Amino acid sequence: MPGPSYFCATRSGTDIVAIIDPRHAAKQLIFERIFRSATLTAAILVLLILGGVAVSLLRGAWPALSHFRLAFITREIWNPVTEQFGALAPIYGTVVTSLIAMLIAVPTGFGIALFLTELCPPLLKRPIGVAVELLAAVPSIIFGIWGLFVLAPVLQRYVQPWLIRNLGDVPAVGHLFKGPPYGIGILTAGVVLAIMVLPFIAATMRDVFDTVPPMLKESGYGLGATTWEVIWNVVVPHSRVGIVGGTMLGLGRALGETMAVTFVIGNAHRISSSLLAPGTTISSAIANEFTEAVGDLYTSSLIALGLLLFLITFTVIALAQAMLRRLERRTGAVA
Amino acid sequence: MKIVKRLLILGVAASLSLAASAADISGAGATFPYPIYAKWADAYKKLTGIGLNYQSIGSGGGIKQIKAKTVTFGASDMPLKPDDLKSSGLIQFPMIIGGVVPVVNIKGVGPGQLHLDGATVAAIYMGDITQWNDAAIKKLNPKLTLPGTAIAPVYRSDGSGTNFLFSDYLSKTSPKFQSSIGANTSVQWPVGIGAKGNEGVANMTTQTDGAIGYVEYAYAKQNKMSFTTLTNKAGNAVAPSAESFQAAAATADWAGADSYFLILTDQPGAKSWPITGASFILVYKQPDDAASVNEALKFFAWAYKDGASMAAELDYVPLPAALISQVQKTWTTQITSGGRPLWSGK
Repeated sequence: MPGPSYFCATRSGTDIVAIIDPRHAAKQLIFERIFRSATLTAAILVLLILGGVAVSLLRGAWPALSHFRLAFITREIWNPVTEQFGALAPIYGTVVTSLIAMLIAVPTGFGIALFLTELCPPLLKRPIGVAVELLAAVPSIIFGIWGLFVLAPVLQRYVQPWLIRNLGDVPAVGHLFKGPPYGIGILTAGVVLAIMVLPFIAATMRDVFDTVPPMLKESGYGLGATTWEVIWNVVVPHSRVGIVGGTMLGLGRALGETMAVTFVIGNAHRISSSLLAPGTTISSAIANEFTEAVGDLYTSSLIALGLLLFLITFTVIALAQAMLRRLERRTGAVA
Repeated sequence: MKIVKRLLILGVAASLSLAASAADISGAGATFPYPIYAKWADAYKKLTGIGLNYQSIGSGGGIKQIKAKTVTFGASDMPLKPDDLKSSGLIQFPMIIGGVVPVVNIKGVGPGQLHLDGATVAAIYMGDITQWNDAAIKKLNPKLTLPGTAIAPVYRSDGSGTNFLFSDYLSKTSPKFQSSIGANTSVQWPVGIGAKGNEGVANMTTQTDGAIGYVEYAYAKQNKMSFTTLTNKAGNAVAPSAESFQAAAATADWAGADSYFLILTDQPGAKSWPITGASFILVYKQPDDAASVNEALKFFAWAYKDGASMAAELDYVPLPAALISQVQKTWTTQITSGGRPLWSGK
């Protein structure tokens, strides 16, 4: 039905049967309104939940924060017997394990994504793609148990002794690889985290690389560029935003991961110069101790840890947003 | 459409009727006794039709829930202090006994061969003794050839009654441990690695050459781990067993303990295992819902009387008979409803 006659019909309404029934129109209008307010409520609900989490964390953490003040984040001590709590060791563990995970997972994920979109023979594309997605579906407890029973013994027997022998005396980085090879510790936690965040990073980057218009790539090839040149001069610049986004998604997940880390980090509230030594993270400390924590200051300190994690994750997301905006502005200027 | 509606109504009705039959006993707390409580609950339900809904959320959570009155009873591996009980109107009593056992992984040392005492174990966990051929360990084991392997202490990272009993025992036997570390469900260990749960500690210990750890007795026994013997307060070397745990509970001075505030570590008695502990139940003295507390007490009385063999199957240790009758006397004299004793002994 063409547009103009449609309007005529409804306006005159004498010889042509009205196409839009007014009652139907009113119904549609109400439905539109209900739909609108339903989606609005859903959106506001997110804000309310986030606000509620922040407020209840603050309230729960208040006794500890007002008691220890700034010392809560500058002290390494975590002694439930004397009720002295400082969050430096868990903060350190959270940041360092996530950094190790990023160091391993970002280049690997980048490689997987590039291979899948640019270099992979079509026959392999689907199996590898599905494998990446399946890896993302493995529950974290499985990674934890696998890390403890399979990965840790391998690291303890083969990898860590090698690291200690060959890197332990290298100046500047040697102290990172000293101490007895326990198999579990900061490094193992970082490796397990890397495996866990890898599929997220790889999948996001692959999807972004897929959005690069084929025309651009083909123009590159047409001008005689090699695959390497096309990747670095066309694909990567075009998907910068997505690369940052994928990395941040992985980082966010690594910071908050609880179960798998708890199994393999060694759970010691200590800051050690060696990556082979046991440590702890914010979320694993909470998971370990919250159930049996007795005493207001103790539980409040654990909630304060949760608040810190909330703030750290929030900062990471805010930084990512700022970075994305800057990137967008720059690419906008170029275009 | 109609069928869907009918199914919905049916579903709602079914869930309502489920809620209505919730004369079930509700409890929450310690994870350590959970397997035996679950086993008892199953048998009791078959017998009486009354179920037990026990959430093993940890002692801390159990104490919080009973104080918030969301459950009929709370369960804790650590007894509450008499003052705390008085101010909250609760009473506590022991329900089941268990023990903690040091386990080691030293080449050529089998179960029960290594002998240690509290001071030595404390020194190991403080980092003062670092090698298995240390003079202090050699002195306790003159006949054993010990290697110069470095000791890797493994501890429970999750807050637990096991941690509390172990650190309490070390505090009682080593003044230095008491002043520098102390006893709690989680403590700040100066050395070693933390593993999650009994299974984590057991795995870490069997995986690491030269490791020492501590696990619940049932765990050490079922996994045939190399446990150690210990010197008890009477100066005798004892091995962990149901008998030595019960000996510790039987010789302990329950009659003299205010509100059963008694920690069973390092108890006197020739045969007592020094790291023994009881798991406690918490109920209100003047409960708001007297009927459900009465149901809970009936369940506990049944478990004391008929649950002992089930406990033994799971390597828990039932309370000695004298203690059971003392607990039941406490019920009669202390738990009241409308000024009258709630517990009639049946």
